[in-house]
Amino acid sequence: MSRVIISVKDVVTRFGKKVVHDKVSIDIKEGEIYGILGGSGSGKTTLLREIIMLQKFKSGSISVLGKKIEKISYKDAVELKKNWSVLFQFGALFSSLNVLENVSIPLIEYTDMPKDFIDEVALSKLKMSGLKKEATYLFPSELSGGMKKRAALARALVMDPKILFLDEPTSGLDPVGAENFDRLIKELATLLKLTVVIVTHDLHTIEHVLDRFCIIFDKKILFEGDLQEAKNFKHYAIKEFLKLER
Amino acid sequence: MSSFNIVKLENQQCNINISDRLDKSAIKFIYGQIKKIKNTKFSLVKIDCSELKTLDYAGALLLADLSASFCENGASIVVAGLNSDFQSLMFFARKNLRQKSRIKYIKENFFISIMIKAGKQTLDSLESFAFFLSFLGETLLQFFRVLARPWKFRYKATAVHIEKSGAQALPIVALTSFLVGLVVAYQGAEQLAKFGANIFIVDMVSISMFRELAPLIAAIVIAGRSASSYTAEIGTMKITEEIDAMRSMGFEPIVFLVLPRIFALVIAMPLIVFFADIIGVFGGMIVAKSSLGISYTEFILRARDVVAMKHILIGLFKAPFFAMLIATIGCFRGFQVTGSTESIGRYTTISVVNAIFWVIACNALISVVLTDIGI
Repeated sequence: MSRVIISVKDVVTRFGKKVVHDKVSIDIKEGEIYGILGGSGSGKTTLLREIIMLQKFKSGSISVLGKKIEKISYKDAVELKKNWSVLFQFGALFSSLNVLENVSIPLIEYTDMPKDFIDEVALSKLKMSGLKKEATYLFPSELSGGMKKRAALARALVMDPKILFLDEPTSGLDPVGAENFDRLIKELATLLKLTVVIVTHDLHTIEHVLDRFCIIFDKKILFEGDLQEAKNFKHYAIKEFLKLER
Repeated sequence: MSSFNIVKLENQQCNINISDRLDKSAIKFIYGQIKKIKNTKFSLVKIDCSELKTLDYAGALLLADLSASFCENGASIVVAGLNSDFQSLMFFARKNLRQKSRIKYIKENFFISIMIKAGKQTLDSLESFAFFLSFLGETLLQFFRVLARPWKFRYKATAVHIEKSGAQALPIVALTSFLVGLVVAYQGAEQLAKFGANIFIVDMVSISMFRELAPLIAAIVIAGRSASSYTAEIGTMKITEEIDAMRSMGFEPIVFLVLPRIFALVIAMPLIVFFADIIGVFGGMIVAKSSLGISYTEFILRARDVVAMKHILIGLFKAPFFAMLIATIGCFRGFQVTGSTESIGRYTTISVVNAIFWVIACNALISVVLTDIGI
């Protein structure tokens, strides 16, 4: 079986006195599409932010690609961060740059490729993520929510990351747009051999995209496995969450 | 390192051999090599990749782009030796090829673009002026509405703003006006000492402070503090659609956001100015004592005799006008914010600059008018 690429062990998170995670452990394997599920306020995005080193946790350990991130040196951290990219919930495009510049900026910063070719790679990623070419020179404030997500996906893909983190990729999209986005992510994950970690509560995504997932419930991991196992798992919260009884 | 060989054969054939790596780190070199032959006419190009070990998306895109441009020049392309993974990557890249030249991006000539910019700015400022008039009209309208139904006025919000932009500004107003009083007295003291007219320091410091300096300094400090915060607050609310939410619930944003701010500042400003008066003159008193030897009692007695009440009243009379200008400009610029977070910064800057300018202009106008009618 493929190796474990991200491993979260006994992570405890506290904001002041409020405990968000109480000894949370999950394993994410290479090449899979993994979902972090849970009700709103259950701390799924917090867990994602801890994995990508945007937030510190109280105790426990997280290792990504074999590196323990809680005691990583600055240099290693910079190197490690090149292996992943993140699609934030609202795109988080840089508002002072147009779409093409937004997508090409990682290439400009991290490679020595000629500018013409950088543009070409950026344009290709934009096409890949399904953004119309009319939007190439628009600024983020001129884009709709769906277009922002697509442009942000192109930016996330532009450095050919090993791991792609998606924070609620389909929220704010219409059902058809959301389904297309799901299909796109699945397709890209297979073609580019990505490991994808998705924070979501979109049922369509859960059913059609995820290989495996975990459910955070009451500060702990209630369940980890695939959809079939989840259906056999007897717990009212899972039934409620997956709406298996309609 | 990667290696890249071009062998030109006879009858317009060409062999290209790429080995080892074709990825982001190698592209700079290879791209330069390719540029040399890109526009040469070939009938057959063979690209041999059998010794390629690393290929990433950028490399695959380069291959796809290369074959596409040779194809356009009428050559047949054979790409040989790709393993199945690389092949699918290249197909994928070919599918997603999008040429920059095909995308419309109109770049105007320099002079035309300057003209366009000038025209746009003129139209923008006209539009902004029209918007200001309509904002002012709406504010007045809502003001009269609230006047007729005083229970609709937001007393609590007004009190909050009196505290935030009035009371909390006192320390910085005190410090600035104290320093200005100090400086004015120092400069005056030296000149007056030459004539032996030491006691006139009292007239000079008190009158200039009461009538001109204290109101102006207070207004400039408040403009920097409050005009910016009003613009940023309202601008953020506009971007997060809070203002739309208010409107949809039938709450009038002018009544909720603008009137309390204007009233708060109109109430607070004269008080701030009076406070600045005292502190500024106190600064002058200290200098008068230390460098001219005029005691505090002497200073105060002299001030009672020579400083007419009208000077203090004129200073206090200006305050509400400054307050109205600052609050109106701050709120108005906040409502102009649209779209991105960047525009909050832009309008905040504009609002502070506008507020300070109009305060100074208004002060000049009042001075001229008052001197003209002989007060």
